Amino acid sequence: MVEKSVQEINNKIKDGSVNVVTAEEMVGIVEELGVEGATREVDVVTTGTFGAMCSSGLMFNLGHSEPPIKIQKVWLNDVEAYSGLAAVDAYLGAAQISDTRGIEYGGAHVIEDLLRGKEINVHATSYGTDCYPRKVLDTTLTLEDLNEAILLNPRNAYQKYAAATNSSKRILHTYMGELLPKFGNVTYSGAGVLSPLSNDPDYDTIGLGTRIFMGGAQGYVIGNGTQHSPTNGFGTLMLKGDLKEMSSDYVRAASFTGYGSTLYMGIGIPIPVLNEKIAKATAVTDTDIITEILDYGAGSRDKPVIRKVNYSELRSGTVDIYEKKTPTSSMSSFKNARKIANELKEWVKHGKFFISTPAERLSKTDVVKPMKQTHAIPLVKDVMSDFFVTIEGKHTVREAAKKIWENSFNHLAVVSDSGELLGIVTAWDVSKAVAENIFDSVDSIMTKKVLTCTPNEPVDLAARRLDTNGVSAMPVIDSERHVVGIITSDNISKLLARRY
Amino acid sequence: MKIKIIIPTERIQNPIIAESMVKTGVLLNIMVANIDSTYGELIADVEDGHFNRIKEALEERGAFVSTLDQPIHRDEEECVECGACISVCPMKVYTFDEKWNLFMDDKKCIRCGMCIKMCPHQALKLGD
Ligand code: SF4
Ligand code: SF4
Repeated sequence: MVEKSVQEINNKIKDGSVNVVTAEEMVGIVEELGVEGATREVDVVTTGTFGAMCSSGLMFNLGHSEPPIKIQKVWLNDVEAYSGLAAVDAYLGAAQISDTRGIEYGGAHVIEDLLRGKEINVHATSYGTDCYPRKVLDTTLTLEDLNEAILLNPRNAYQKYAAATNSSKRILHTYMGELLPKFGNVTYSGAGVLSPLSNDPDYDTIGLGTRIFMGGAQGYVIGNGTQHSPTNGFGTLMLKGDLKEMSSDYVRAASFTGYGSTLYMGIGIPIPVLNEKIAKATAVTDTDIITEILDYGAGSRDKPVIRKVNYSELRSGTVDIYEKKTPTSSMSSFKNARKIANELKEWVKHGKFFISTPAERLSKTDVVKPMKQTHAIPLVKDVMSDFFVTIEGKHTVREAAKKIWENSFNHLAVVSDSGELLGIVTAWDVSKAVAENIFDSVDSIMTKKVLTCTPNEPVDLAARRLDTNGVSAMPVIDSERHVVGIITSDNISKLLARRY
Repeated sequence: MKIKIIIPTERIQNPIIAESMVKTGVLLNIMVANIDSTYGELIADVEDGHFNRIKEALEERGAFVSTLDQPIHRDEEECVECGACISVCPMKVYTFDEKWNLFMDDKKCIRCGMCIKMCPHQALKLGD
């Protein structure tokens, strides 16, 4: 048994005799020397990852103004930060979007602009107190002007991440990028062989207090991340580092079309090879790391699993989905992950970075719970109108016009003899037919491609479907395609008015 | 070179493309075609030296022809070489080399714009 201590390794870093390799290089070393030989030979294995980490943000202190203000609300370049902390502390979330520019500019962009030395407009408001009389404040400042600017990221460096695809018929804009219809592509994230937590899956060396590479500077793990889910291999980390020391090479704002802003973070973690178990873990390969491909077409929390897949397949450029070769895209940058692992390696080699022993281990048993929802979510059947008018497809346009007129209802559901939905006819279709002198049967002028929903579907999903398709109403159908009601944007706005 | 051919509504019933090819003997390799009863838009590849002849023939018959000589542009400062653009490009313009550098074969670009929406770093643009 080979055993080493962190102290021994740090002494080697000090005298320059330390042997450091990246997690990618370690695979071959273990293959060649065996686990025991590799443990003897290698002191530190460096990992790296560079990808979208939405759960990131900046804790900052603005300093006191004259006259002083106890900031209640604050905006940086029109992006709101949370300031319900003392007087001039605030937290800017990377995913918060600009009040004026929307998703193209968010908290992440403010963070990158600060890092690049740009001036930021600050606007703050308050209610005024005896000790803090000021109510409004406007100023312009740069990163240097802040007392503290600490990146405090609640959930970073996912051990691995589920890949995404889309079974639906339209392009989905998601935080996993553009998902093409009908399984047109697969997107994934994570550095595989270089992923920090995948190289220490039992969290033997990574824990509270571990010193790391964070955005080009030295930072720390300050605990497990939110949604830490070690039991199924989806561990996460909470990190802290000084933005003033970071580099814009490794802290980059991004914006996903139709989704929002996020921060790309570069993280690297050194793993001291203290024993054979750790050495073996750092020899993990892309093939060993298995994740799932989820279908984002459904729009609900529990996305159906399409299949299991390993990172080697994902990184090969195509994966098979239902026997079809489907192209893959990485959302994180492997090239940058590798650059980070190599830079950290150089730091350790040249005595610029010392290994730390965690003050506390990360949990290996936590499970992520879904949200406890105490208010029943409204379903389509709770808000739909039971009153709707149907017409059989074989009836004439004239009869349709009469029905619309008698019921003063804009949409007619066109049904078959047995009551199944065939299409929809609107007052507009009828007027158009009349104007063009078409008096055939209704089924010749109806819209056949009809959006529908089911009674037990959450209203929010139905509302989103109406919105994205720009229509104002949808028939509600049961499993036999019988119309049971109609849901309109009116029904939905009434519900929302009650909710807020 | 890649060219874009637009066939306006009033000409859509005529076999413009076929006539022009027969008349000039110039071959068009049609890569994308969006044609319905009201409008037509095609993207085709043609040998550089033959462009003027086919353009003339097409325009005589009422089509509009433009070249797509400005392919997609990538801002290398903004790009983080993630590869997100790879899977959405219908022409396989993007690939990784063995060092995970993003490689672009921009001659294949048909300016569809898919990759622009995909790029999380707003590094891609189509300029005129
Ligand atoms: S998606 Fe954008 S950032 Fe990523 S490789 Fe392509 S151009 Fe670069
Ligand atoms: S514009 Fe279209 S064809 Fe050109 S590179 Fe982008 S996705 Fe490919």
